[in-house]
Amino acid sequence: MDIDVKKVAMLSRIRLTEEEAAELGPQLSSIIGYVEQLSKIDTDGVAPTAHPHDAAMPLRANVVTNTNRRDELQACAPKTESGLYVVPKVIE
Amino acid sequence: MSWEVVIGLEVHCQLNTDTKAFCGCSTQFGAEPNTQTCPVCLGMPGQLPVLNTVAVDKTILTGLAINAHINLESKFDRKNYFYPDLPKGYQISQFAVPIVEGGYIDIPTKDGGEKRLGVTRIHMEEDAGKSMHEGLDAVSHIDLNRSGVPLMEIVSEPDMRSADEAIAYLKQLHQLIRFLGVSGADMEKGQFRCDANISVRRPGEPFGTRTEMKNMNSFRFIKQAIEFEVLRQIEIIEDGGEVVQESRLWDSVKSESRSMRSKEEAHDYRYFPEPDLPPLRVSQQEVDAIRAGMPELPGQLRKRFETEYGLSSYDADVLTQTLEVAAWYESLVAAHPADPKRCANWMANELLGRLNEAGKDLSESPVSAARLAELLDRIGDNSVSGKAAKDVLDAMMESDDSADAIIEAKGLKQVSDSGAIDAIIKEVMDANPAQVEGYRGGKDKLMGFFVGQVMKASRGTANPGMVNQRLKELLKG
Repeated sequence: MDIDVKKVAMLSRIRLTEEEAAELGPQLSSIIGYVEQLSKIDTDGVAPTAHPHDAAMPLRANVVTNTNRRDELQACAPKTESGLYVVPKVIE
Repeated sequence: MSWEVVIGLEVHCQLNTDTKAFCGCSTQFGAEPNTQTCPVCLGMPGQLPVLNTVAVDKTILTGLAINAHINLESKFDRKNYFYPDLPKGYQISQFAVPIVEGGYIDIPTKDGGEKRLGVTRIHMEEDAGKSMHEGLDAVSHIDLNRSGVPLMEIVSEPDMRSADEAIAYLKQLHQLIRFLGVSGADMEKGQFRCDANISVRRPGEPFGTRTEMKNMNSFRFIKQAIEFEVLRQIEIIEDGGEVVQESRLWDSVKSESRSMRSKEEAHDYRYFPEPDLPPLRVSQQEVDAIRAGMPELPGQLRKRFETEYGLSSYDADVLTQTLEVAAWYESLVAAHPADPKRCANWMANELLGRLNEAGKDLSESPVSAARLAELLDRIGDNSVSGKAAKDVLDAMMESDDSADAIIEAKGLKQVSDSGAIDAIIKEVMDANPAQVEGYRGGKDKLMGFFVGQVMKASRGTANPGMVNQRLKELLKG
C-alpha cells in the first residue's frame, strides 16, 4: 500500500524534507503492509474489540474539584497576555 | 421546472453540567480567561479523561425525549485536527457507535397538520476553546475555559424541504432542550449552535451536491443563510455550473456566505478509537430511571392546556413557549380558577403584549399573577368592563396599587344597577326624540346609536350587556 507521506505529514503538522519524504514513504508503506495481514483473518461472528481491557468506563461525579491554577499552568506557554494564550494569527 | 431544497441540520448543544466532560473544571460562563482549566482539558501529556456521569444522563434524557434508541454500549473516538483552541490536537467524540440513534421531531405544518423529521443520532463530545482575532495584528488570543465543556451533537436526517421547516425543527428542538433542562441553550452564548447541510435537486432526482453552512448564531441568520445558499446553488446549476462540496461561512454583517477553502484540506479527521476510554456501558434500569424522571414535554403541556383549560391551540402554544410562561399561567389560573380562558386572554394578549412593548421579560413583570387575578376577579363579577380593565392594567403596570384601588380612583367601576342604567337611558331618549321615533318606526339599526350614546353618557362604565337589554325594553315604549 502506497502512503501519501506528504499529506500525512501535513495533517500531522510535521515538516519533512524531500529526502525524508522519499525515505519515510516506503517505510510507512511497509508497516501498513505488515499490519494489513490482519485483514486476511476471518472475523465473522467475532464482536469488534472496542478496547483491549474488557472494562466498562468509570464515571466521574459532576462536582468541581479543580481550582484556578492559571499562573502555574501557563508557565510552560511560550507567550501569554492578560491571561490569554498568544499564538500566531489564525483566521478564516 | 421547480427546484426542491434538501436540508439536514447539525446542532451542537452545550450540556449545562457544573463541570466539564472529562475533568473537574467548572463550566461557569463568563469567568476570567483560562481560570477554569487543568492539565486534562489543556491536553498535557499523561492526563487521563474521566467522563462526567451527568453529561451521560442528560444526553440519554434528550434521546428518550425524541423517541430514539439508546445504545447501552457506546464508544468514544478521536477526531484529529490542528487548531490552537484544541490543545490535544484531537477532539474526543463518538463516531462509530454514538449513545443515541434514531428518533424524530414533529413540526407543525401550515395546513394545521404535523410533519415528522428524523434525527439520525445524538453523540457526546467535548467543546473546543475560544479563539479571538479582533483588534489583533499578527496574533490570535486563546481562552481555554470552554475546552472540554460537554456537548451533544444532534444530527438530523436530510428531511427538511425549506428554510421555514429547518427553523421550525430548530425552534422545536430548542424548546424541548429548555424544557428538559439539559442546556441553557442560549444562542448568544454559543450554547446552541447550528450547521446546515444544504443541497437542491429536481423533484424525484437523487440528492444534489451539498454544502455545509457554518457560523449561524440566531434563527434569523439561519433562515437568511439557508435562503441565500439555496439561491446561490440554483444559480450555479442553471448557469450550467456544478456545486462544489465545501464548508461555507455565513457573514451576518454582509448577509452572504463565503467559502472556507482552508478548512477543506484539513477535513481528514482520521477518526480512531479513543484508547484512553473503555466503552461506555449503561444499564436498561438506568435508562428506565431517567425515563421515569422525564418532565412534561412541550407537546404534552400544550395538549393538557387545551383539554384541561379549554384553550385554543394558538393560546396553548403561546403559553407553553417556555416553562416560566407556563408556570406563570398556571399560577394565574390557581388564583383565578373561575375562568382559565380569561386568564389565557389576559396573559397572552394584554400582559405579554405590554411586557413586550416595554422590552421586559416575564420575570420582570411589575404585575404579579396574584395582582392580575384580582383584576380578572373584578371583570368576572362585573365590577369593571373588559375595556376599562385594560386601562386599569395600564395603571397597574406603572404602580403597586391594587386593581380595586385603581378602579375606585379612576371611577371605572362598572354600573350594573338597572335603576342607574335606566336613568341614563331615559336621558338619552329624551335628548334624541327623532331617533326614538325612527327606531319605533322599524329602523332597528338605530340600536347601535343608542348603545353608543348610553356608553358615552356613562363614560364607559355602564355594563354593556345590561345596556342592551334595558334599551330593548325601554325603547319599545
